[in-house]
Amino acid sequence: MMASGYKEEDGHIGVTALGGASLRGRKPENTAFKQQRLPAWQPVLTAGSVLPAFFIIGLIFIPIGIGLYVTSNNIREIEIDYTGEEVSNPCFSCAQNFTWNSSSPCTCSIPFYLQQSYESNVFMYYGLSNFYQNHRRYVKSRDDSQLNGDLTSLTKPSKECEPYAFHEHKPIAPCGAIANSMFNDTLELFYIDPNGSRVAVPLSSTGIAWWTDKHVKFRNPGNNANLSAAFQGTVKPINWRHPVYELDTDPENNGFINEDFIVWMRTAALPTFRKLYRVIQRKNSLVPTLPRGNYSLQVTYNFPVRSFEGRKRVILSTISWMGGKNPFLGIAYVTVGSVCFFLGVVLLFIHHKYGNKSSSADMAN
Amino acid sequence: MFTDFLSFMVLFNFIIPVSMYVTVEMQKFLGSFFITWDKDFYDNEIKEGALVNTSDLNEELGQVEYVFTDKTGTLTQNNMEFIECCIDGFQYKHQDASSELDGFCVTDGPVSKLHQKAGREKEELFLRALCLCHTVQVKESTEQCPDQVDGMSNEVDCLGIDGALSHPQERRGFIASSPDEIALVKGAMRYGFTFLGLESKSMKILNRSNVVEKYELLHVLNFDPVRRRMSVIVRASSGDTLLFCKGADSSIFPRVRKEEVDRIRLHVERNATDGYRTLCVAYKLLSAEEYTQADAELREARLALQDREEKLMAVYNQVETGMSLIGATAVEDRLQEEAAETMEALQGAGMKVWVLTGDKMETAKSTCYACRLFQKNTELLELTVRTLDDKDRAREDKLHELLLEYHKKAVQDAPPVKAGVTRSWSSASQDYGFIVDGASLSMILNSSPESSNSRYKNLFLQICQNCTAVLCCRMAPLQKAQIVKMVKNSKGSPITLSIGDGANDVSMILEAHVGIGIKGKEGRQAVRNSDYALPKLKHLKKLLLAHGHLYYVRIAHLVQYFFYKNLCFILPQFLYQFFCGYSQQPLYDAAYLTMYNICFTSMPILAYSLLEQHICIEVLLDNATLYREIAKNAMLRWRPFLYWTVLGLFHGLLFFFGVWYLFHNPALQDNGQVFGNWSYGTIVFTVLVFTVTLKLALDTRHWTWINHFVIWGSLAFYVFFSFFWGGIIWPFLRQQRLYFVFANMLSSVSAWLVIILLILLSLLPEILLVVFRKPRGPHSRQSLPVFYLLLSSSPTVTIHFPIPMSSSSLKYSLVSMCSTAAKMLSCLLPWHVLLMTAAPPSTKRTCMKFNAELQHYQTEREREREREGVRGGAGQQCPDGVLFA
Repeated sequence: MMASGYKEEDGHIGVTALGGASLRGRKPENTAFKQQRLPAWQPVLTAGSVLPAFFIIGLIFIPIGIGLYVTSNNIREIEIDYTGEEVSNPCFSCAQNFTWNSSSPCTCSIPFYLQQSYESNVFMYYGLSNFYQNHRRYVKSRDDSQLNGDLTSLTKPSKECEPYAFHEHKPIAPCGAIANSMFNDTLELFYIDPNGSRVAVPLSSTGIAWWTDKHVKFRNPGNNANLSAAFQGTVKPINWRHPVYELDTDPENNGFINEDFIVWMRTAALPTFRKLYRVIQRKNSLVPTLPRGNYSLQVTYNFPVRSFEGRKRVILSTISWMGGKNPFLGIAYVTVGSVCFFLGVVLLFIHHKYGNKSSSADMAN
Repeated sequence: MFTDFLSFMVLFNFIIPVSMYVTVEMQKFLGSFFITWDKDFYDNEIKEGALVNTSDLNEELGQVEYVFTDKTGTLTQNNMEFIECCIDGFQYKHQDASSELDGFCVTDGPVSKLHQKAGREKEELFLRALCLCHTVQVKESTEQCPDQVDGMSNEVDCLGIDGALSHPQERRGFIASSPDEIALVKGAMRYGFTFLGLESKSMKILNRSNVVEKYELLHVLNFDPVRRRMSVIVRASSGDTLLFCKGADSSIFPRVRKEEVDRIRLHVERNATDGYRTLCVAYKLLSAEEYTQADAELREARLALQDREEKLMAVYNQVETGMSLIGATAVEDRLQEEAAETMEALQGAGMKVWVLTGDKMETAKSTCYACRLFQKNTELLELTVRTLDDKDRAREDKLHELLLEYHKKAVQDAPPVKAGVTRSWSSASQDYGFIVDGASLSMILNSSPESSNSRYKNLFLQICQNCTAVLCCRMAPLQKAQIVKMVKNSKGSPITLSIGDGANDVSMILEAHVGIGIKGKEGRQAVRNSDYALPKLKHLKKLLLAHGHLYYVRIAHLVQYFFYKNLCFILPQFLYQFFCGYSQQPLYDAAYLTMYNICFTSMPILAYSLLEQHICIEVLLDNATLYREIAKNAMLRWRPFLYWTVLGLFHGLLFFFGVWYLFHNPALQDNGQVFGNWSYGTIVFTVLVFTVTLKLALDTRHWTWINHFVIWGSLAFYVFFSFFWGGIIWPFLRQQRLYFVFANMLSSVSAWLVIILLILLSLLPEILLVVFRKPRGPHSRQSLPVFYLLLSSSPTVTIHFPIPMSSSSLKYSLVSMCSTAAKMLSCLLPWHVLLMTAAPPSTKRTCMKFNAELQHYQTEREREREREGVRGGAGQQCPDGVLFA
């Protein structure tokens, strides 16, 4: 039943024709495939053949793991929580008195002390906790065509952006919940000289987003150099203080191709995440990027997190070839390597013991 | 709320492997071609190969527990052949005949020509007896040979087919009620005595010196199954009145002189164990008075109006006394090619073979012996009209009594089910065969509508299931189906297979799970109604042991693998819900979700399920016991399912949390940039695709180029597709989620390291398990598992184990080897099993245990023999060395 049914449906399969023909008395072809005699490699995993593999894996993984662990430990990292939940926190008042429509931004500055100097480039992240950027309805609430500079999408944002697609019958640019909730605290870093003067640490806001995002995926609408004209007819997202074409003064970092904006638009995987905010480039090889000493973090407190019990923090970190500080990989590699090595030893023992016995003991019996 | 529910449904629907259905159907459909293509199934005579009518049952072929086979035309060719005779204690064997035998060639002493052994008169007497004592009619040679009519009732045999005989007068057909008689007449013809026919009460015989002898046929004392003999009374031209009688040994021996019996009994018994149908021939010279008396009594009995049967019987018995035995004949119902080997293989594979035939019991029984379904030491339990007929009681009571008796014997007294060697050993030495006929069966199945009905049925079923072979004779076609149905619906619902060639087998072919038709000369009904049609019975062995076994393993692995791969596919997605506010956010991109089962992981398993040979075909055919390892759905039971499920859970957890730990710091690139949720999903998915594919690679024991192509090709395709999918801003998509995600992932050293780590860690337990499970490993084509059993003058059995075996099949092999040796040599040595070559520890332990139990068994047997006073020192009979391969 089944076969005949299939023959009609899958008639295009070559084998059907062959099979059908052979039913009519033709001697089946003596090919290796049809006789299930294709030459085949028949590997047998034995203790003998797996043993070297275990040792090799052990010998490779343990050094890699140690290297990873050491690298991770050498990374300098400091986290400064500025949520302002605690009364002692300088940002407490800003957090308590937050209102959406306040005209004058609330600022607070948090002093901290760097125990060690940061030698190489320092990356400044902002971290949010309990912020579900990976919520399904949040993740899909964007219009990539609009962000790619598509003019029709600019005026007619995707339905996915609802309820942040239109405001007072005007299209929102950039539309959607992700853009609407963009992180808008301004963070500045000051080095407190031993003599007491505050020196602003220069923060570079380029090179924080993926190159392909900045140059291909995100594009401003039209070829207009004048961004405000390009965004004519659209309104800013409801929560934003400035329209999108006023994000930066640099035309290469304004509008949709503003890197802070692009970084925010790459939704985080987990509810606790960090995003790259600024890079502190090393000036010359003689002076450390951030010498040890007192610093002050000045925060323009715009981003409310109290409503969802979130926390905000700033992370200053150096970066190695494996990325940021994460001891997990190193520990995992050392563990797996050791386990493999140990298993290798056990297998060797078993192999040695039983390999000998089976060849000699029985003859004597 | 409801939309949430629906979203979760959409998100997790992949856990139900819908694509498995498609793959399974493709596997079944494409897989069935390998049966059609198999050139071993091609028969040169009918110029046809196997025919597959359904693709649904390939794997059932690996699960068969009961084989129901027709006899006529399936097991036998229904073609009697005179094999040898024994005259006055001397053996005569036609030289041509020995070459035609398959597998039965017993060469004890040189085959001698006819004229050099017994006295000439005895020979001629014997041959005359063969020519006269029958009810055969001659069919004129001018007519066309009519086709064989079904069954044994009207057997017409054409000598012209044989072709070996060329004399014009020998080109004649014989018609008889039994094919044996034709064989005997033809056998006599071979030795020079030709039966020319019956004309007006006189039988004409052309004797060796080409002289026509005439005999007047006076009386025919008909054959009947109770007497089991027939006689003729003839008057020779010389005037002597002769009675010739032929019949079963049991009915002849008591009626002849003792001293004659001993010389012939040996031959008869040997022939019987060889599976030949034996008949003894006796004669008696009737004096005139004796004849007149017999003649009168016979006439009177024939004319009797009351109790004619009984009176006739009494007269017959009276006449057939005081005869002298001349000799015995051995006739073979030619079996199908390799019928015995096939049946032996099926039994070795743990299948119970039931012969369902319309034939009479004796014929069927001898076929069963010939097919080695019944062995010499098989104890036969008969439930037939003959055993049921008891003058004192009603059949019903007798049936009840017999059933209980047999049940006690075969079921209750059977050794308790324990996983020891003793059980298999002792059950191998105490086989039971069960014989039932149609009448008794209908009594069992449709007796009085009381409650005893089902009780009988249960008893019957239990007895049958404890017997190694069951013979059901005198079956109507519908009764065959009834039997199959009864077994099919019994406890554990075993998989049944029916094989037959004729229209009368159609009902049972349709009833069984798997129906197999033999493409005989008897029309096409069986073939049309079957699931598989084979040209010959012998092909059944390969179909079940090789194709069935492989297909079962393939599909079982396919199903388990599918559940596994979808479990570890969806589990990370499930776990992700705890980290995204239960918002049904998919972990993987939609393209990956869609393509996973269709493109990335479907082809390797399909190729595996079509090409895998975990044990190569030759080994499967040589070791029927391997079939037992997959019996009772061994690969789809709870344990393997749990194993696969645990493996899937382990992998899923590992994938998700491995990457989760990594994403504690999402700054994974050396330029400090961070990864988002799609990168997270892509890393998990990459690990997933590689792991499940490599897991399959680990399971693959038979790497053809197709496997290589498909496995590595799938992985390459995944990488290629990911680059392609993320490399373009797709104009028709609103979302460009994966734009350069994959490429960016590959630019991160940490991502590489975590992918390698997780793949390796997932496969590690698998590799370990494979190593420790080594005894189950594959049997390569080079090291065929040959058992050398060497019986030398020293009482030691040496077994060479080139391959590792699982303990269950090892046990069985040992037992079967030893019992084979015991049968061959008909002696019992104080055996001791010695292992020669490197065997795994488990094998050694089994052998040790086996030795201990064997010793115990032997001492018991020894004691028994002493008690019975059987002569000792049997070992001296044994030849010095026997080597089987």
